[in-house]
Amino acid sequence: MIRLAAEGLSFAIARRRIVWNVAFEAGGGEFIALIGPNGAGKSTLLTLLAGLAPPTVGRVTVDGTPLAALKAAELARRRAYLPQNPRCDWPIPVERLVALGLTPSLPSFGDFDAEDRRRIDAAIAACDLEAHRAQAATTLSGGELARAMLARALVGDPHLLIVDEPLAGLDPRHAIDTVRRLRALAVEEGRLVIAAMHDLNLALRHATRVWAVSSGNLVADGSPREVVDAPLLQSLFDVPARVHADADGEGARVEFG
Amino acid sequence: MRTRPVVPVLAAALAVLFVASLFTGRVWLPPREILGGTGDAAGTELARLILVELRLPRALLGLLAGASLGLCGAVLQGLTRNPLAEPGLLGISSGAALGAVIAIYSGLALEVPLATPLLGLAGAFLTALLTLALGRGGGMLVLILAGSSVSGLMLAGTALALNLAPNPYAAYEISQWLLGSIADKSWDQLALAGPFMVIGCALLMGTGRALDALALGELQARSLGIDLPRLRLRIIAGTALAVGAATSITGAIGFIGLVAPHLVRHLVDYEPRRVLVPATLCGAAVLLAADIGTRLLPLDQELKLGVLTGLVGAPFFIALVLRLKRTAP
Repeated sequence: MIRLAAEGLSFAIARRRIVWNVAFEAGGGEFIALIGPNGAGKSTLLTLLAGLAPPTVGRVTVDGTPLAALKAAELARRRAYLPQNPRCDWPIPVERLVALGLTPSLPSFGDFDAEDRRRIDAAIAACDLEAHRAQAATTLSGGELARAMLARALVGDPHLLIVDEPLAGLDPRHAIDTVRRLRALAVEEGRLVIAAMHDLNLALRHATRVWAVSSGNLVADGSPREVVDAPLLQSLFDVPARVHADADGEGARVEFG
Repeated sequence: MRTRPVVPVLAAALAVLFVASLFTGRVWLPPREILGGTGDAAGTELARLILVELRLPRALLGLLAGASLGLCGAVLQGLTRNPLAEPGLLGISSGAALGAVIAIYSGLALEVPLATPLLGLAGAFLTALLTLALGRGGGMLVLILAGSSVSGLMLAGTALALNLAPNPYAAYEISQWLLGSIADKSWDQLALAGPFMVIGCALLMGTGRALDALALGELQARSLGIDLPRLRLRIIAGTALAVGAATSITGAIGFIGLVAPHLVRHLVDYEPRRVLVPATLCGAAVLLAADIGTRLLPLDQELKLGVLTGLVGAPFFIALVLRLKRTAP
């Protein structure tokens, strides 16, 4: 199973600290929810972990190898990354959009083989997109596009999945479906999933680990029940918060205001 | 994933146009006479000369130049994700034109054989380097701005040459050359530019997967392992070779690079990679068709190819803008 680690990870633009001195070790089987207020540095942290921006100081390693030492195509085969509000610039059919996730392993010329097609079909089915297979991606609703993009990220069967707000724009049913799928990927298939999330109730119920980020610092790191309490949420989001444990002991409900 | 037989149909159409291009012109050559003399010896020899020394290089040049323009347009539209991008975007065709114009202006064209295409090629490569240096380290927008500013500089140089032309004959030569044509080009010119166009097209043809990934934006393309600086370098080099060489022989032939990708894009589900081959064939077919058109129009003076493609292409461009206005939010 994959291992991801960071030490002294920092990123600054024009002497402004966006991410500051982040350190952790994480591995396959974990579903980590990244929480924190707007502008805390969540997205920047995710791009650093995905190897898409060079850290100012510190480093990230995958199975002991620094990200900077990995070839882009090799890294692309092992980790998938989805930015916030991903979009598609051409009206290509959904199944072709999903297939783009296979880019790192496809030859320069030629079409898909049977195995590629099987993977594409499976990703489309997993994200409930069968009805939209042939539809142009630019005509999808926001939530449908978010699902298509998730299928694009899942199709290559990555060992490390980094997603920035995968639940934005999803209706309750598809949000729950998505978060369950992310958890299953981690818990059942041994992948490492790191997702920035604003829906704290879903994060508390399904994530196996929570990272709280504030002003670029990793201020809390642990299992949801251990680290997420009213004082933490109050200091993170600067509003009064209450946390009620659910009757089944699996999750908790968060109330603000 | 259904596929239409787009490539075979376009290839067949191109083959027909190529053959038609050999038979049309001021002098009508009966196919029988070309294929092996039934007439008198002198007539057959004349027919052979017209075919081999005039029409064959013309048709081949049209094929290669049109293919270069169509492919380059498709690649640049994919790179910039902008349907209005065209081969002149990087300033390379203006640079090639300026080089060629300098050869004519200085009189070098009259003294040294192939001076025009050689200086045109030099102009194309220098412009490519200039655009590359200016756009280095920046994103796509910086590259586009670098291209258009370099293009402006080259156009100003061309205007300067016309302004300062030593005699009316030189000015006439320059303006005629700038109008764009594939008529009366020699085998030597074709042999000089042909290999550059073929190598340039080969470079551009290999960008398909990267262009597909770019449909998702630069960040996602990079996450899929695409090396964007290397991709831009490859595209600039391919454009300098293919379009630079084409322009240095033919002069400016507008709209083909812009229009050809649009004619085929909807046939291949708008996928940037799958647009490349059809756009290449379509560019060649449109250029050959337009060139046949210049020969068939009953005018006293043969219309220049660049003028005809402009006359037909501009309305198409306007229609495109109107359609964008309707579909874009």
